[in-house]
Amino acid sequence: MADVTLTVDGKKLTAPAGTLLIEACKSVGIEVPSFCYYPNLSLQGACRMCLVKIEKMPKLQTACTTVVSEGMVVTSDSDEIRQARKSMVELLLGNHPLDCPVCDAGGECELQDMTFSYGAAESKFMEAKNHKEEQQWSPVVFFDRPRCILCYRCVRVCGEAMDVWALGVQNRGVSSVIAPNKQDHLECEECGMCIDICPVGALTSGAYRYKTRPWEMKHVGTICTHCGDGCKTTLGVRRADTGMEIVRGDNRDKSGTNGDFLCIKGRYAFDFANHEDRLTQPLIRKNGKLTPSTWEEAFTLIGKKLADVRDKDGGQTIGVIGSTRTTNEEAYLLSKFARVVLKTNNVDHHRTADFPAFASALRGKPEATARMADVFSAPAILLIGNDPTDQHPLLAYQIRNNVRLHRARLYVVNSSPIKLRRQATNFTQIPAGAEGKFAAFLAGNDAAADGLASLSKTKDESLDLLALRGKLLAEEDLIIIFGSELRGSDIANIVNSASLIPGAKFLCLADYANSRGAADMGLYPDLLPGYHAAATSSQFHQEWGDIPQTPGLDLPGMVNSAEDGKLKALYVVGSNPVGRLSLDPFVFSKSFVVVQDIFLTETAVMADVVLPAANAYEKSGTFTNTCGDLQLVKKAGEVAGTKSDFEMIVRIADAMGFDIKKLIPFGGAMRADMGQSRGAQSGEADRHAVWLEMHGLEPKLSPLDPMAILDEIQRLVPGYDVSRMNLLAGNSEHTTLANSGPGVTHKPESILPANDTLFTSGTLGRYSRALNSVMESREVKTTEVAAD
Amino acid sequence: MKFSEEFETRFAEMVPHYPTKRSALVPTLLYAQDEIGFLSDEVIAEIASRLDLTELEVRNVISYYSMLTTKPRGKFNVQVCTNISCMVRGGEEILHHCANKLGIGHKQTTADDLFTLEEVECIGACSWAPAAQVNYDFHENLTPEKMDRILDEYRKKGTQ
Amino acid sequence: MASLVSHPDEVKVVSRRFGQGAANLDRYLELDGYNAVRKALAMEPDAIINEVKNSSLRGRGGAGFSAGMKWSFVPKQSAKPKYVLCNGDESEPGTCKDRLIFEHDPHSVIEGVVIAGLAVGATSGYIYIRGEYRYLSIIMQKAIRDAYARGFLGKNIFGSGRNFDAYWHGGAGAYEVGEESALMESLEGKRGIPRIRPPFPAVVGLWGGPTVINNAETLASVPHIILGGADWYAKLGPPKNGGTRLFCLSGNLAKPGVYELPMGYNLKKMIYEVGGGIPNGRKLKAVVPGGSSTPCLTADEIDINMDFDSVAKAGSMLGSGGVVVLDDAQCIVKFALRTMKFYQHESCGWCIPCREGTDWLKKTLTRFHAGGGLKKDIDNMQYLAENMLGRTFCPLGDAAAMPTIGFINKFRKEFEDHLEGRPCPYEKEGVIDHLPVLAH
Ligand SMILES: Cc1cc2nc3c(=O)[nH]c(=O)nc-3n(C[C@H](O)[C@H](O)[C@H](O)COP(=O)(O)O)c2cc1C
Ligand code: SF4
Ligand code: FES
Repeated sequence: MADVTLTVDGKKLTAPAGTLLIEACKSVGIEVPSFCYYPNLSLQGACRMCLVKIEKMPKLQTACTTVVSEGMVVTSDSDEIRQARKSMVELLLGNHPLDCPVCDAGGECELQDMTFSYGAAESKFMEAKNHKEEQQWSPVVFFDRPRCILCYRCVRVCGEAMDVWALGVQNRGVSSVIAPNKQDHLECEECGMCIDICPVGALTSGAYRYKTRPWEMKHVGTICTHCGDGCKTTLGVRRADTGMEIVRGDNRDKSGTNGDFLCIKGRYAFDFANHEDRLTQPLIRKNGKLTPSTWEEAFTLIGKKLADVRDKDGGQTIGVIGSTRTTNEEAYLLSKFARVVLKTNNVDHHRTADFPAFASALRGKPEATARMADVFSAPAILLIGNDPTDQHPLLAYQIRNNVRLHRARLYVVNSSPIKLRRQATNFTQIPAGAEGKFAAFLAGNDAAADGLASLSKTKDESLDLLALRGKLLAEEDLIIIFGSELRGSDIANIVNSASLIPGAKFLCLADYANSRGAADMGLYPDLLPGYHAAATSSQFHQEWGDIPQTPGLDLPGMVNSAEDGKLKALYVVGSNPVGRLSLDPFVFSKSFVVVQDIFLTETAVMADVVLPAANAYEKSGTFTNTCGDLQLVKKAGEVAGTKSDFEMIVRIADAMGFDIKKLIPFGGAMRADMGQSRGAQSGEADRHAVWLEMHGLEPKLSPLDPMAILDEIQRLVPGYDVSRMNLLAGNSEHTTLANSGPGVTHKPESILPANDTLFTSGTLGRYSRALNSVMESREVKTTEVAAD
Repeated sequence: MKFSEEFETRFAEMVPHYPTKRSALVPTLLYAQDEIGFLSDEVIAEIASRLDLTELEVRNVISYYSMLTTKPRGKFNVQVCTNISCMVRGGEEILHHCANKLGIGHKQTTADDLFTLEEVECIGACSWAPAAQVNYDFHENLTPEKMDRILDEYRKKGTQ
Repeated sequence: MASLVSHPDEVKVVSRRFGQGAANLDRYLELDGYNAVRKALAMEPDAIINEVKNSSLRGRGGAGFSAGMKWSFVPKQSAKPKYVLCNGDESEPGTCKDRLIFEHDPHSVIEGVVIAGLAVGATSGYIYIRGEYRYLSIIMQKAIRDAYARGFLGKNIFGSGRNFDAYWHGGAGAYEVGEESALMESLEGKRGIPRIRPPFPAVVGLWGGPTVINNAETLASVPHIILGGADWYAKLGPPKNGGTRLFCLSGNLAKPGVYELPMGYNLKKMIYEVGGGIPNGRKLKAVVPGGSSTPCLTADEIDINMDFDSVAKAGSMLGSGGVVVLDDAQCIVKFALRTMKFYQHESCGWCIPCREGTDWLKKTLTRFHAGGGLKKDIDNMQYLAENMLGRTFCPLGDAAAMPTIGFINKFRKEFEDHLEGRPCPYEKEGVIDHLPVLAH
């Protein structure tokens, strides 16, 4: 749109026509105060804090609802304006409890800030304040009515941005009150967006309330460890006897692609880290019982055993199972460790998407993967399968708000009427399992339409499959998103079909925080990092030296081999195959099993040695989200007695007598511990990092430093050669699959979706009090209903 | 949930008057309340589903309008205006008189469920003040004696 | 049913058919009914608008905006349907005139709505009547049905080939819903929260379509203008204040009632001659000239003409035509308190200054009236009201602030008489404890 020129406080500025005055002011550094205005939510004009003087208008005008116009002359600060704002604050404080000393929001409260700026020191009122008791609306949402200033942000974010509409406004006048959808409680997605967006302490979090004061925490922006979307979450940590305790997760740092968004997991489900069942000592099975031991004893034992098996029975009798929640550096290191040190290709992980097929379909197509940010701006989106509302909350948010704010066209093809159909211009219901047929149909195979007999349609009733295909092929810059329903040749079909759509991009959905990283880093029996075939990749043979060439066993293969007594040793890093894949608990009883994990999982409980691991909030490195966006994971919390998986792998290699310089290209002989090994407070580690960043250096001076291996990843994994600076600055960097290896045979049946809901998160979810309490509160309610 | 035929006819006639279903909400709620006596959870659920709204949305609206109530009232809702025109002509006296006579206060209901008393804002009877409404009937140029007769008549009607 | 009064000075235009059974369609037709629509059907839309403009008919809902001007803001072309909305929410304290129109002459409102529709190119209209006026809703619903039955509404009205639908809509108790944008929200089935303007209803109104909103009396005047001509109508009142007005005389008067007087009629005459003066040997203390939202005039200020411009010049507003008269037995503090209780109760609560300001003013006035006032309270109340003025989301905040500022400025002494533990000097002993306090 054309630009408009206006004057604010004597400054000339231009802004695109249609810009709100408050935003135009902001763009030149003039801050117009507001409570009710919130970017991307509907306009309210309710708080009257943004009043400014516009020439030729007799009354002060709200900058939040005024659109700039040519030649407009605005004063944003004057005695009259300050007085108006001051009186608004005075009026708000009239009924405000002023319990700042005990309020969670104290110190990060917009009402406090506004009072500080505009002053309302003298109380003009002497009548009693309107008091109401605090209410608990859900396990995670509390409402303190007297603190509410009725800015309606919570109502809008819940309705407009989340499409949940669980909050309303009831009564009128001074009795007006924010009300939950079930009269005295909430039934919603428990995302906590209402809490984060509340400018005061009216909505508070069950997980955080009365725990600490904001200024007593350090805030670390890192990546959520739950689903594959890669939201940035800001963890508030403070000192505790056992290290650094995470006390809060929120969205203070809005720099991630998730912007304002976090779901219940990103916001509250950090709490598994503080669970009392955390492993904090190595355990060794003695006389049939897992018995606490020292790290030295454990590493010596593991090193000796693994070396013995390798040397006696050969690497092919050792299995390695990696994690979908460890960092790229750890996954890469494990993949390398297996091949280089253990001499085995028996490597696998819990697969939830067919990335090898995806990589092979996208070879030579550098612009063909969509980033998470693109989903918010694409003009059109096709979603096949999956239910992002439950399984990819951020993706669902991006799609929803793209439709709301940019009028994107959304086409949903699904076997169930998923919630996102509410935003869809077209929803086509197909029989369960027919997603592949749809891909084939889209690719031009008309016969495939037979199996698609569309069950029902909403909106656009008349649109049949042919018309739908026509519409899709007529789109430009379409993003095609698909879940694990599409595998193998389906993926090739869908990618081929879109060759007719200019600017088409793809997004393949996997379920865990670093599922994509695990795949990219080569936790496959037949694939090395970057989807290079284990058998033929000469580059890796050169770099890594002598590594086995025959493809190894995948997870089911390892299970069979273990049953036959052929698998002599199994090394499980941050994975719970026994629990997640419902394996017979005794299946590995004949093997020497080492498990590194956070909890004593169904797999760990059967192990010979169990090593207590730090979780992703307690270490540094990188994650790749399901879109291929690479982001920095920063250490926030710390639990004494645990070690990062990275360090443990290195220590095992060391105990096996391996020259770790061949494993990790760390520089020099200098040992600079960055906190990973010493149990230093994260603050200390950070200070090193700050110093290093200041000097343009990176901490890769120790073999325990994941940054050292990131160098190698960036050099050897195609697509990962992204701007290191940008990454370190906390931004996401997109990796592509265009130059990946060719991939190889994939077994579609080995993909097992996690089927997590908003309130579950694989094995970790079980240890989250927040998630459990929400599910329990729902169970209670359902039984109550069932009883009458 | 069953409403009278009259309600159903009215509802069926009203909905097509508007381009959006929910537009019929406010009058529908009032008619439903007239019939059931108050807006019970059941009524709210029914109207919400008929107009494709959530119960929350319906409650948001109900709580805004002063004539709508989610609590049962007496058979006769005695609404005495005390706003300015009535006040200067003795509206408050009429209210106190009713309160004394019925033994109840603002928004309270007599034990026999016959009367609810309510102090209300201007009901558009300023030139005939003081005034009151019993349910929808206007009673104007009131005096305490006239009010007594009016209440007695309603009591007779209500106990027949 | 409200009783009718009369006075020789009355000029009956809108009230012409009052008391003549005109709610009955046949009777209405005998009394010139629907001739205005017939005439308008033969006119160009712009001609209708010009006629109304030239009549200098100004909105009878309160703000006194030129009706013809408002109609001319409606865009000629519109992708969305256009609407006419009759505001019959009549809730301004002191106002009870629309009630008489609905009761005695419902078809004149329908006619006004249809003519407005013809002028702006709308093909449907809604007549919104406040919930308390159930008996009037019944009358209006019947009138609409009767008009449909004769083909005056619906398809091909009067065989003109034009269509027009009129519908009744009812409220459920909320003063704020009388504000035009809140009215549309209410009609759309929502809470009565006003809308952000611009866009104004004439451009984006009901369901997003251009909408003309007028008060019932404004619309009921239109057929008379069409029949009698703009000139005739304009000349009934002073320049720029055409026609007559239904003045609702209430309060301490010997002959309260709704009188139709020419615009610009002298207020003093209105009180002492038309209204019969102050009874019981009392003296005039103050007059609220245009409904509770308008600043009061003292006994010395009443020799003014009752038209929009003259009353504005006198520092108040003609408003909705509700003239409330106070004799010298009335306590201004109590009157201010009752006024503020109303606004506190009726504030929609959307914006801070109105929601909180009315509540604190009410609380302070309550204490003040009960004898707990402090000297600084008087200044505080003035400060509060002045800080609400012009800064609220809709004019309700102004409506609460303006009279308060007026009471304090003009009757400061009376406020001071309440100070230092002295309860209201006008109340009988012991009464104050029983003063009703509206619960929310
Ligand atoms: C708080 C408030 C209440 C109002 N109440 C009414 C009302 O009850 N009836 C009415 O006709 N206008 C009322 N108005 C005025 C309307 O907003 C609007 O100006 C009017 O209906 C336009 O019609 P008119 O131009 O014919 O006067 C009210 C305005 C405000 C700010
Ligand atoms: S001034 Fe504000 S709170 Fe008052 S009625 Fe208008 S919008 Fe509502
Ligand atoms: S920010 Fe403009 S009114 Fe609240």
